[in-house]
Formats: sequence, C-alpha cells, structure tokens
Amino acid sequence: MSRDDIFEKIQEVLDDALGVDEDEVTPNASLTADLGAESIDFLDIIFRLEKTFDFKISQGELFPENLSENPDWISDGNLSDAGLAMLKERMTHVDFTSIEDGDRNISKIGDLITVNSLVDFVEIKLTG
Amino acid sequence: MRWLWIDCIVEHEVEKRLVAIKNVSLAEDVLHDHVIDGKPIMPFSLMIEGMAQTAGILVGSTTRFKEKVILAKIAKASLDCDVTASDTVRYDATIERIDDAGASTSGTIDRRVAGGEAWERIGRIELLFSHIDNNLAGTEFPAHNFVFSDNFKMILETAGLADLAD
Repeated sequence: MSRDDIFEKIQEVLDDALGVDEDEVTPNASLTADLGAESIDFLDIIFRLEKTFDFKISQGELFPENLSENPDWISDGNLSDAGLAMLKERMTHVDFTSIEDGDRNISKIGDLITVNSLVDFVEIKLTG
Repeated sequence: MRWLWIDCIVEHEVEKRLVAIKNVSLAEDVLHDHVIDGKPIMPFSLMIEGMAQTAGILVGSTTRFKEKVILAKIAKASLDCDVTASDTVRYDATIERIDDAGASTSGTIDRRVAGGEAWERIGRIELLFSHIDNNLAGTEFPAHNFVFSDNFKMILETAGLADLAD
C-alpha cells in the first residue's frame, strides 16, 4: 500500500472518529491541537485503524499512556530526559524534535501526534 | 433508583451480541413532555441510552461486571422514524472490538407497532465504552463498581442470566 493510499484511509478514519472534514486532515495537523481529539478519541482511532488496516495495536504503542505513573519519566509535570528517551525509543513514528530543547509539559506531548505520525505508524506496521 | 430504558434481555451470545426489548408506554411521564404535532414521541436521546444500556451490559458481561464500563462516545446515531406509545423497540448490540482500555459496539434499532408482527429497521448506533480504570488519560475513579447496580442485576435475573454476574 502506497503512502498516499495510507494517508487517504487515515483521512477517512479521522473523518469518522473526530467528525472533521477531510480537507482539515493535513499531514502536519496535530490530532489534539488542530483536530480537537480528546483522550477517548484516541481509543476510537486505535479501533478504527485496526479495522481499516487489519492489524492489532498494543496499549501504549501508538499514543503515550500513563506517563505520570512513573516518576522517572515525569518530574514537576514535565517530561524528563529519561522519559523523552523512552518515548523516542518506543514511538519511532513521532517527531520529538520540537520538545527536546523546548516546552516539555506533559499536556503538550499529545500535540506531537500529527496526521503524519499516524501515516508513519501505519507504514511501519504494514512493512513489519 | 436508576432509570432503566430496556425492559428485558431476549437474546445473548457470549462476548458477542445482546438483544433487549423496550415496550414504550404512555405511563411514562417523559412521553407527555415530548409531544410533537400532538403525538407523544419517545426521545431519541433515551433510545440512545437504551442502546447504551444494552451494549453496556454486553461489554460488562465479558468481565463478569468487574470492570466499570462507561459510555464514552456516541460515534454515530441515526433514526429514520419516530417511536410512540404502544410501539415495541428492539436494541441489537454487537461488540466490534474490545480490549483492556474499552470497547466499540455497533447496534441496530428495530420497531414493531402495536398489533403488528413484523420488525422494521429504523436506526443504527455506534458507541464507544471506556473501561475507566484503564482509561488513556490515567484518571482515577472510586474502587467500588458504581456502574452495574442491583437494577442491572434484576434485568439479568429476569432473563435467566444471573450467573453472568457471579
């Protein structure tokens, strides 16, 4: 499946899950900041991606989960160096460049998940 | 007392499908408060609740009602015609996907008019449930299961499904 095909299917997934128009689903659009996704929408998106692309997604594989439960990862509400290293290793589909030297508040981490992140994630899953 | 919007469970396929019936009656105050063109109409919002209770029992039964199952999102809901007093409504819910974090369900709504025998498909509802103790946001909730009360167990007992909650 080509990257363009994946992108088109993800547009449909986000259209169904978030009620957004397909033209709003641009490659750099953030799921939370631009498309208004909330935490429960992430579960909806995971289920729809699994159905659309016929693969299974483990908890924490696509979106970061329960970060605050580990004090080594979160300190004073901010992602620690260890937390960032863990996320970079576990979530290769996400570009963490913007927070490496900037705002690492836990509330901003969700903003890093873009439409492009989803396309990368699906591409990695499909190619094994 | 919890507001129940299903009367009885009529079919159950373990961890897959649950069907419930609702008999709409003029004895229900809500119909008197929802009159359109002189006709008492069952509010669609309460039919969504009926489907949520049907699908919620199905999802809860997969963990013997140990998990707190909360309606988190109405993904889609459509209704083609009104339902009024003396109609019978059938909610048919199926689990599409379930894991530790939650479940998605799809469902159909059928109507049978008084004196009739045929069921007519009048709506479809897709719902998303959260197993809230495993919610993605990491929010904590009380330990006791406040979702599945004695009223739900009464419905299970009348359907001969009490052992699901043991």
